[in-house]
Amino acid sequence: MKTDLLLQFVINGLIIGTLYGMVAMCFVLVYKASRAVNFAQGEFLLVGAWICWGFISELHLPFWAGFLITMVAMTLLGALIQAVVIRPLIGEPVISVIMVTIGLSVVLRGITLWIFGPEPKSFPGATTGGTVRLAGLNIEAVYLWSTAAAALGMAVFAWFFKFSRLGLAMRATAFNQQVAQSLGVSIQRIFVVSWAISALVSGVAGVVVGMVNGISPGLTLFGIKVFPAVILGGLDSIIGAVIGGIVIGVLENLAQFVDGEYLHWGNLYVVVPFYALVVMLMLKPYGLFGTKDIERI
Amino acid sequence: MSAAGGQRRCGDFRTDYYQEMTWFPSRRSAAACAIGLGALLLAPLVLKSFGLALLIQIGYYGIAALGLNLVTGFTGQISLGHAAFFGFGAFCSAWLNNKFGVPVLLAIPLAGLATAVVGLVFGTPAARIKGLYLAIATLAAQYILEDFFNRATWFTGGAAGAHAEPVSLMGFTFNSDARYFYLVLFFLVLLYGYAANLMRTRDGRAMVAVRDHYLAAEIMGISLMRYRVLAFGLASFYAGVAGALMGHYVGFVSTESINILLSVQMLGMIIIGGLGSIMGSLMGAAFMVLMPEAVEALFHAMGSSAAGADKALVYLKEISIGALIILFLVFEPDGLAHRWRQVKAWWKLYPFSH
Repeated sequence: MKTDLLLQFVINGLIIGTLYGMVAMCFVLVYKASRAVNFAQGEFLLVGAWICWGFISELHLPFWAGFLITMVAMTLLGALIQAVVIRPLIGEPVISVIMVTIGLSVVLRGITLWIFGPEPKSFPGATTGGTVRLAGLNIEAVYLWSTAAAALGMAVFAWFFKFSRLGLAMRATAFNQQVAQSLGVSIQRIFVVSWAISALVSGVAGVVVGMVNGISPGLTLFGIKVFPAVILGGLDSIIGAVIGGIVIGVLENLAQFVDGEYLHWGNLYVVVPFYALVVMLMLKPYGLFGTKDIERI
Repeated sequence: MSAAGGQRRCGDFRTDYYQEMTWFPSRRSAAACAIGLGALLLAPLVLKSFGLALLIQIGYYGIAALGLNLVTGFTGQISLGHAAFFGFGAFCSAWLNNKFGVPVLLAIPLAGLATAVVGLVFGTPAARIKGLYLAIATLAAQYILEDFFNRATWFTGGAAGAHAEPVSLMGFTFNSDARYFYLVLFFLVLLYGYAANLMRTRDGRAMVAVRDHYLAAEIMGISLMRYRVLAFGLASFYAGVAGALMGHYVGFVSTESINILLSVQMLGMIIIGGLGSIMGSLMGAAFMVLMPEAVEALFHAMGSSAAGADKALVYLKEISIGALIILFLVFEPDGLAHRWRQVKAWWKLYPFSH
């Protein structure tokens, strides 16, 4: 048993899993507020990362300026997408909303590929942080930074939903639209805001992942890994999404460890999350923390 | 239903169930169908190889779209893994032929059956869930099957891909586009007829009932499980046959071409054509095959010959697929089939429409 290596993989899993959790959180946010599902979540990451990269690398802006512009741009993009594409489909069957976001993901991926090309690129001066020794393990400083950023993001999220007026209005909408409306909450505004926040946080996650691994179209895989995470945690539970993300991250890395050490099948870590998804759907389709849908006639 | 004096009646004047069950609502539609089929039979005499190649593509994608429409459009079960079944059919047919020497013409329907079995395996758990959960589960099926294709070198040839022999029947080889066109047309007419007929039977109507109101359907004694699984199996059969036809036409099946984008494209076909419309499936397939060609023609007509033009074209085609799906969903959710019905209704009442 190579305990050191195993531990390294577990820690990597935790770090990557926190990021998965952050993206899954955005997915759940949109689903909770408007019962719309976003299959273009991964593309939001990609777009955010590329915008930031473009401003820093091509226009030579300092990092904080590029980052701020990215945040504004992503917020606008999310609001725009909701207003133009998603709003006409309110009340349509689930299939329509799923398909429209899939169409959106194809468009966004095509546009980013067209503008920025398929080759991976890295942020200037990103991976120069060196490594930190922690309990006998080497961990790259960037990884720690990314985890800190994700944790900070989650803390802001928690504060927003617990204390801010808008966050409370969103929770009220998620709980019962009619009641929220009768209390003076503008549902339409809530929908726009939920998409804007989702795009904003995904964009930030994209920048963070881009700092760690470099930016490439492979970033969109994050959007797909979201599904095992949210199914595991329950579709409408934000805590569940975070926990699901971490579990999937660890599981993936454990699979890589087992594969590399014992099985030598190759690429096992790519599919393990999906097997976990299928098993979860069979055993407990509403996830660990999701609300059970009881239908009455 | 024969209309007096060759005029078409406007309105629904059916008085018994037999009229409701006819294949063609009027003599004219029967004639139109015969003329259309005749025109297709003569098409190889007129069209060049490029046009035929497009028609063949429309043919096999049309078969796949028909299958997807059976499960998504008629039964209401979304499937994001249709391309994986399509690919399974292609690999299976090539494998049966290469490994066991099964004649290709027999291998194509056999591959369809094998794919149907795989579809049933994935469809059984999928029958319990619907909507978003189903979309995610079928997405997982797509990735799991893709991974299987990459892993199972004995079956698919791995990353290198599998060779598929051309179809031959008693010394006659379907090696030219014109010959292969007739083969695809044969399968298309057969499967189209089956799907159209299915909708006239109890099973087909049960599927529609499951889509429209599954609780009401269940109360009326329709087994939800049975029809959802059945629809999945049927759709996989169609996908398998379509994939096999594609494989033997191209002569080569690679694991890379069986990706999620193809699944999205197939869903795009039935959305553009019209969910729950048999003819719409073909219209959508035709639209989806011809549209990239139109984009390319337009692109060249505008005289773009910059350095990165070829790459830009690839992305442009991809973007146009996504944009079309969005536009149709927002502006014409019932698809081309609905538009076609409106055009027909307009002509029926001409010149007094509205």
